[in-house]
Amino acid sequence: MMRILPAILLTASVFAIQPAYAQDNKAKKEQADEGEDLLDMLDEENGKKGKEYTTATFKTSRVVNGHSIENTAAGVLDFKVNHRFGELKGGASTFFGLDNANTLIGFDYGITDWLMIGISRSTYQKEFLGFTKVKILRQTDNKGGMPLSVSYYGAISAQAMPAPVLPPGAEFHFSNRLFYVNQLLIARKFNKWLSLQLMPTHIHYNLVPTTAEPNDVIALGVGGRLKLSNRVSLNAEYYYRFNELNGYFNSLSLGLDIETGGHVFQLMLTNANAMTERAFIGQTTSDWADGGIHFGFNISRVFTIVKPKEFKSSNTNKW
Amino acid sequence: MKRIVMVALFSAFAYGASAQKYITRTGKVSFFSSTPVENIQAVNNEAGAVLDSKTGDLVFQTAIKSFKFEKALMQEHFNENYMESDKYPKADFKGKITDISKVNFAKDGKYDVVSTGKMTIHGVTKDVTIPGTVTVKGNQATLNSKFKVKPQDYKINIPKLVENKIAKEIEVTVNSILEKK
Repeated sequence: MMRILPAILLTASVFAIQPAYAQDNKAKKEQADEGEDLLDMLDEENGKKGKEYTTATFKTSRVVNGHSIENTAAGVLDFKVNHRFGELKGGASTFFGLDNANTLIGFDYGITDWLMIGISRSTYQKEFLGFTKVKILRQTDNKGGMPLSVSYYGAISAQAMPAPVLPPGAEFHFSNRLFYVNQLLIARKFNKWLSLQLMPTHIHYNLVPTTAEPNDVIALGVGGRLKLSNRVSLNAEYYYRFNELNGYFNSLSLGLDIETGGHVFQLMLTNANAMTERAFIGQTTSDWADGGIHFGFNISRVFTIVKPKEFKSSNTNKW
Repeated sequence: MKRIVMVALFSAFAYGASAQKYITRTGKVSFFSSTPVENIQAVNNEAGAVLDSKTGDLVFQTAIKSFKFEKALMQEHFNENYMESDKYPKADFKGKITDISKVNFAKDGKYDVVSTGKMTIHGVTKDVTIPGTVTVKGNQATLNSKFKVKPQDYKINIPKLVENKIAKEIEVTVNSILEKK
């Protein structure tokens, strides 16, 4: 018994000393280090967390004329007022094109995070348009995650010009006024400063001027943005047509996104004077080489219609 | 003899049992900016926190992108322009509840405590002292705190144009339920 007791006391004292020693050791470390241990523990927990989607590939839902990979957020209404003025080469007598303007007024709405719809009316051939944009793949920030974002954009539009004078016996149907656009938007945000996008596009014209011209135009667009500062970015967009309607040019646009509080202003120089895809991709009438450059702008103002769930009960100012 | 062995063993276990960690990754951290022009509120329900109930070591971590705003555009601006969340994805606090001994984790109750440590926001680290409460209920410890943060202190640049819409001092509220692990 007397022999065993010291042994037990020794064991007990080892247990007693150990925490004291551990504490001592810990005290020597920097306080931040102690924090690191706990942070590691958190990171372990966070490892179970899901993916993080890349955000702000573009500042707004348009690159310049065409759509970007960005959607209007869920529950948000985006009111658009877009202008394209006349050709700069009109000179002083047309106030460098500012005497004439094509206008587009539109409303975009985000139904969910991945689905948005929109309607618009624009001056060029009095066109009404409805579209939907759906996110299919989303780029993630996680290592080994999805490298690209892919969206589908589809639009149907109708021009509302007076019916043309036709030979007797020929009828002009409503369907002759319609255009269809199918587009894939494939984008990657390479870093904070650079995002690039490819836009394979199919446009169907129900009516074309001559039988020799195609009803279906296929084009590939390339677009991108270079961020100049937190609030300003330089955008560019070019659409190459693999087949074409007679007398039109490929559209090339350079734009500047400027963001102030609740607005994004997009200022641009482009050879397209219309703002719907069927018109600016397939039916651009001006040529950069010939000085056929239009100044234009897009103004976007957003309104929160449905609050995120975290704010359902809050009564802060709605607008 | 047997009794002594039991006591020795028991004391060893008792030590092991007392080093408890409380943890959450669904903590709630919100902030509120109030000016005559506009009130801005953001909520983060994915804050991570670990508290060592023995030493009082406390760590809080929030992903900047997880702050939700009422207005989506504001959330984008918050990330893109003010917090630069690509560059500084997280804000955290590493420190200690200095008077952790006041808290009896074995007994339900509410205890006023003070924590000191380092707060890192927007890549800038500052020494801070923050009062708060620990509420013990069964296996849960709820941390509550309210404190002010000046964006200027953390080199968060606010342009003149929106100066009157963003408060000079932003009130941060912490309300996180930590579970014993």
